[in-house]
Amino acid sequence: MTTTIDGTAAHKGLTVTLDGIAFSYGESSFRFDAEFAVGRITAIMGPSGSGKSTLLNLIAGFETPDAGRVLIGGIDIGDTPPSARPVSMVFQENNLFAHLSVEANVGLGRSPSLKLGKADRVAVAEALARVGLAGKEKRLPRELSGGERQRVALARVLLRDRPILLLDEPFASLGPALREDMLDLVAGIHAEREMTVLFVTHQPEDARRIGQDVAFLDEGTIAAAGPADDFFDRSGPDAFRRYIGDQGGTVAGSQHIARKRT
Amino acid sequence: MATPHPTDSRITAGIVALGAIAILIGGAFAGLAIEGAHDLSGAAAAFDGYLLRVARFTLWQAALSTLLSVAPALLVARALSRHPAFPGRRLILQLFTVPLALPAIVAALGILALYGRAGYFAGVLAGLGGGEWPGIYGLSGILVAHVFFNLPLATRLFLESLGTIPADQWRLASQLGMSARPAFRLIEWPVLRAALPGVAGLVFMLCITSFTIVLTLGGGPAATTLEVAIYQALRFDFDPARAVALTLLQIALTFIVVVALTRLGANAVGDANLPLAPRRYLSAGRLESVLNGGLIVLALLFVAGPMAATVVSGLEADLGRLAGEEAVRRATLTSAGLALLAALLSVTLSLALIAARRALALRRRAGSAMSLLEHAADTGAGFVLVVPPIVLGAGWFLALRSITDVFAIAPVMVVAVNAVMAMPFAIRAIRPAYDAASERHERLCLALGISGWTRLSLIDWPSLRRPLATGFAFAMALSLGDLGVIALFGSDSVQTLPYLLLARMGSYRTADAAGLALLLGLVCLMLVVVADWLGREGKS
Repeated sequence: MTTTIDGTAAHKGLTVTLDGIAFSYGESSFRFDAEFAVGRITAIMGPSGSGKSTLLNLIAGFETPDAGRVLIGGIDIGDTPPSARPVSMVFQENNLFAHLSVEANVGLGRSPSLKLGKADRVAVAEALARVGLAGKEKRLPRELSGGERQRVALARVLLRDRPILLLDEPFASLGPALREDMLDLVAGIHAEREMTVLFVTHQPEDARRIGQDVAFLDEGTIAAAGPADDFFDRSGPDAFRRYIGDQGGTVAGSQHIARKRT
Repeated sequence: MATPHPTDSRITAGIVALGAIAILIGGAFAGLAIEGAHDLSGAAAAFDGYLLRVARFTLWQAALSTLLSVAPALLVARALSRHPAFPGRRLILQLFTVPLALPAIVAALGILALYGRAGYFAGVLAGLGGGEWPGIYGLSGILVAHVFFNLPLATRLFLESLGTIPADQWRLASQLGMSARPAFRLIEWPVLRAALPGVAGLVFMLCITSFTIVLTLGGGPAATTLEVAIYQALRFDFDPARAVALTLLQIALTFIVVVALTRLGANAVGDANLPLAPRRYLSAGRLESVLNGGLIVLALLFVAGPMAATVVSGLEADLGRLAGEEAVRRATLTSAGLALLAALLSVTLSLALIAARRALALRRRAGSAMSLLEHAADTGAGFVLVVPPIVLGAGWFLALRSITDVFAIAPVMVVAVNAVMAMPFAIRAIRPAYDAASERHERLCLALGISGWTRLSLIDWPSLRRPLATGFAFAMALSLGDLGVIALFGSDSVQTLPYLLLARMGSYRTADAAGLALLLGLVCLMLVVVADWLGREGKS
């Protein structure tokens, strides 16, 4: 891993700023104003249709805002195509090309035309080993479990090495234990690379497990944002407490059980 | 607002493809316009009683053909879907794809061999009718041939839409103890009803623009359609003014029908997932099973009959001598070469339009209207149905006859028109697969910066290989068997197999014609089988 002259890791994240973003999709309209701090893990939560995925799609460049600017590291990236943005995104499904091997799927993160040299193959193997898939280079996605497929996607994230990581419920269809493993893997990658992570989830325990900040979306806008600890406190925003269901003392009480600092 | 998507090469490709189609259609129209302006009074005078009679017959036979194809198809499709374990079901369905691959002129010969004046059934039919069997020329011949082609097509389309009924609905129906009648009304009919305008519209358009069948089976001025009248006006009477009038009428007619069908909601239902296991939740009663079985067998006999007749009468011909004939060899080579080129062009143009349409749809904001370009990419190929091959041929024929020797450009015309003519079929084969693949891959490709040629070869090709092969085979079979443009532009120097076949029929060398029909039919069939197999091979 290279370091810059001032000693900070080269992979350190960048700020993500949404400046007066307006966007409409069919009947729904969204307004986003936010700044996501460098190197933090923010859990994006909120009811269905509140705009969680839309928020990520706007940052990744899959959607174009009607008005406003998306800034990454202070630079307006409105005209930058998705592949050139300093962003990696993992979706809930379809992260892999079904007809390509695990190695090829990860290798695409290095070369979109899949021209891989020897060094590239070594890098792919290392990334796969890091996510616990050593030796599975030649497998096809259909020969992997759901969790393994998402690990392949994370290996590609490692290889692409972008300062921003967007996770759109990538572990939603996994069982609880597997989900915790995957979250810990993300937390581990984050500890090494210090990228800025935004992750959409419906599960409060996900947010508690690795989220440093929480942004709560409601009716197309960011209704509340702040450190995760504050959210799961009794003093958390009312709308958020209604959303996760007021669990009485357990909200605060469970904190020290489930919370795992990374 | 600047878009973050760079100019998509798919859209450029789509524009080029649309341009090529526009030149083909525009050139034909220009030819018609110049000719019409040249002889305005002549064109006006050509709108006479004869013209109206022809127009009326065109519509009448198309309406009857549609009714006779689509109504039984509804029942046959339902019967086939109710009996997933019907003996030979797969074979029947495969047999039902054969008419799609079979050239119209081959089918026409098969039908004549069966029901014609000297056909295999002539004795039986004469006994039934009491007196000499007059043969099947005229309206009855046209109807039989159209139903032969379109009943299996409509059946397969309906079956496809029945396949979109989720298995859960059947489970629910069987749990509720639904019998056949309410199950039809509540579960099957809504799906069939949704598919009906699309299927009926397609069949009607195919019948209104049917040329070969009417040319070979229609009898005299009483049973002539506009397309055949155009051909006769150009090739026999050489009456350009009449040809212009007929062509304009044909365009107006098809245009009105298309608009009417679109208003009726002739959009086929979206592609849903086919259920994995055959459904057997509702067991049919004994009476229903017998009725369904009878229906399937009847449809099978009707479709298989002309095919069998083609084979039998073809084998009676002196095939050895035919194969040795110089004219036959030349026509075979010409046909193969032109069909290959036409199929290649057709699939390329189709893919360009499909990709452009998808790219434009993705770029469009939800809820906003389609741009003109997207509309064109979406329905561009449909124009071919509105402007049938004979019309295209007639327009170019008139435009070029003063400039060059029209018979010399026959190859170019055949390839271009056949390619565009096959596009609706190629698109039908390719588009669902393309859109589904795009649905899975689009964001990933954008995120990883995979585009252009890399994307085509690395990502799209593996998932499109099979549908492309299917589209290619269809296009090639269609082109190989086409007797539209070549009827206008054919000459002694440029002959395709169907053209040669028509010539042999015209000179009453029936055995030769039967032998050639068998050859042509087999080649077309083999093509479809081989390409289908190739596609499946690549997939596994």
